[in-house]
Amino acid sequence: MAFGTNDKVLTKELAKQIDLILFAHDNDGSKLVGILLDIQEVIPNHYIPTEVAYYLADKLDVKITTIYDCITFYSSISDKPRAKYPIQVCNSIVCKINHNDNLFETLKELLNIDLNETTYDGRFTLESVACFGGCDVAPAVRVNGKVYGHLTTKEKIADMLNELI
Amino acid sequence: MSKAVCFMTKNFGKYDVKSIGSYMAIGGFNALKKAVNMTGEEIASTLATAKIKGRGGAGYDMGKKWSQAKSVIADNKVVVCNADEGEPCTFKDRTLIEHDPFNLIEGMIIAGYTVDAQNGYIYLREEYSHLRPLILDAIKQAKTYGFLGENILGKGFNYNIHLYSGAGAYVCGEGTALVESIEGKSGRPRMKPPFIKQCGLYNLPTCVNNVESLSLVSSILLDDEKKYLTYGTEGSVGTKLVSVGGNVKNPGVFEIPFGVTVRDIVYGLAGGIVDDNEIKLIQFGGASGKIATKSILDTPYTYEDLRKDGVGVGSGAILVVDERTSVIDFLRTTQEFFSHESCGQCTPCREGNRHIKLLLKKVAESTHTTADLASMRKIAKIMAMSSLCGLGETAQSALVSAMKNFEEAFQIK
Ligand SMILES: Cc1cc2nc3c(=O)[nH]c(=O)nc-3n(C[C@H](O)[C@H](O)[C@H](O)COP(=O)(O)O)c2cc1C
Ligand code: SF4
Repeated sequence: MAFGTNDKVLTKELAKQIDLILFAHDNDGSKLVGILLDIQEVIPNHYIPTEVAYYLADKLDVKITTIYDCITFYSSISDKPRAKYPIQVCNSIVCKINHNDNLFETLKELLNIDLNETTYDGRFTLESVACFGGCDVAPAVRVNGKVYGHLTTKEKIADMLNELI
Repeated sequence: MSKAVCFMTKNFGKYDVKSIGSYMAIGGFNALKKAVNMTGEEIASTLATAKIKGRGGAGYDMGKKWSQAKSVIADNKVVVCNADEGEPCTFKDRTLIEHDPFNLIEGMIIAGYTVDAQNGYIYLREEYSHLRPLILDAIKQAKTYGFLGENILGKGFNYNIHLYSGAGAYVCGEGTALVESIEGKSGRPRMKPPFIKQCGLYNLPTCVNNVESLSLVSSILLDDEKKYLTYGTEGSVGTKLVSVGGNVKNPGVFEIPFGVTVRDIVYGLAGGIVDDNEIKLIQFGGASGKIATKSILDTPYTYEDLRKDGVGVGSGAILVVDERTSVIDFLRTTQEFFSHESCGQCTPCREGNRHIKLLLKKVAESTHTTADLASMRKIAKIMAMSSLCGLGETAQSALVSAMKNFEEAFQIK
């Protein structure tokens, strides 16, 4: 089943969870984008492992290329493991002119990682994303669907991180 | 004095957004009850009288769109609500859904009734996933109350609404890319024709509208006193939601009557510039919009006046950038956005964005030549003329307007 991969993430429990998600989407392959997003949410590292992609191809009777076309096309879907708390920093213009450079630098310093890296304990990944509509609270980050804004000082940024864990 | 008004935002804070009963207590679904006693043509012509232009950016006449959609002969049609809201500095649709979700649902049902559709689809950007439960719950309650499902209000009208999620791709706001995405594929725009109004989602005639456009419908239908027509100017009737952001003291979404000046919006509603800095530039309509100098402050915010001054309403975003940011840095950030968001399907957009990005880097480093500037103009023109979709067509709007309005930023040193 694993098609030449070594990651054994597709446990029986996960398969069951995935089946439930598929059921909620009427086992309809045309609902692929939503399915991938929902699965990504229940996988602790918030990504679509190869095994899972093949499992879906099989279950939904969709070509594996279609699945990877989606995974690689959409920014919100990842085929690489991420942290438990992926910190998505907005890199678009409104946050930029509200000093997201300070936000980026402070996060790097506090977490001791660079952009697109994960902390040693697997808790945080630092990501740079396009505008998510938090312009009224810029500079902002988004973590697992929740927006945290007005992150202008080191204290506020540290508070945000503390709130997460 | 505040220049903001409450026409389409009149329900904000007036009911419990989680309860259909509380929405009905303030007159919710009265517009639908009225609509089902009208013909689709009558509804479309009511919108045409109010001269509503689509609020997604392109500004297409909404009454005309609905009457065209109605006149397409097909057994099966669909309505799509575009809630992809991907233009940077645009967050009005989010505000509408957060504060008045049932009004959007009602607008979508009326849209379905008007054009004879059986299904409506809301395409919500992934970035707004926190709004999914609210929308799903609103759909469920509307179904329980018989406003969705079979034989709605006893008129033999069958209609359902489905919620689909985007996954972080700006280009999916473009109609054909959006329907590709709902169909479970990557969101690459289709060749046109056929246009989606004839052949769109699942190859069915598809009527796509923005959240704000649909949110206006109920208020317009119930506006017996024609209050809406008293707002605005002759060329730009009514009100508009603007989302103001950037270096302003009080960023936010405001409903303004067309015709207030840009100054009223920036200094009145949005509270002026942080630290009372000077304005460097203002961008209208999101990243795909044009930029102007502060000389635009006294221009009335209308379709016609903004156009005269070389900019446009677009998505309703107003991005104010103060003197601390240079024009070139601003353009490079915008370019970064388009380089990332181009789907790469057609050459002018894919390669054009790449080249402009490199050329802007040279400008930033002051190593550019006259020939580089000429190349930029030429590439921008080719992109606008020959890209497959609106993304490539408008990606260089900011650059072209900057080269005109901020010539000094491109001076050769
Ligand atoms: C690249 C691109 C992105 C777009 N993004 C959006 C969007 O996020 N929301 C939206 O309503 N319209 C967007 N549009 C415009 C839509 O294609 C379409 O014109 C609009 O949804 C129609 O609705 P309206 O007539 O009510 O404005 C976009 C267009 C392009 C070319
Ligand atoms: S213009 Fe750009 S986004 Fe649009 S189809 Fe071409 S490459 Fe894709």
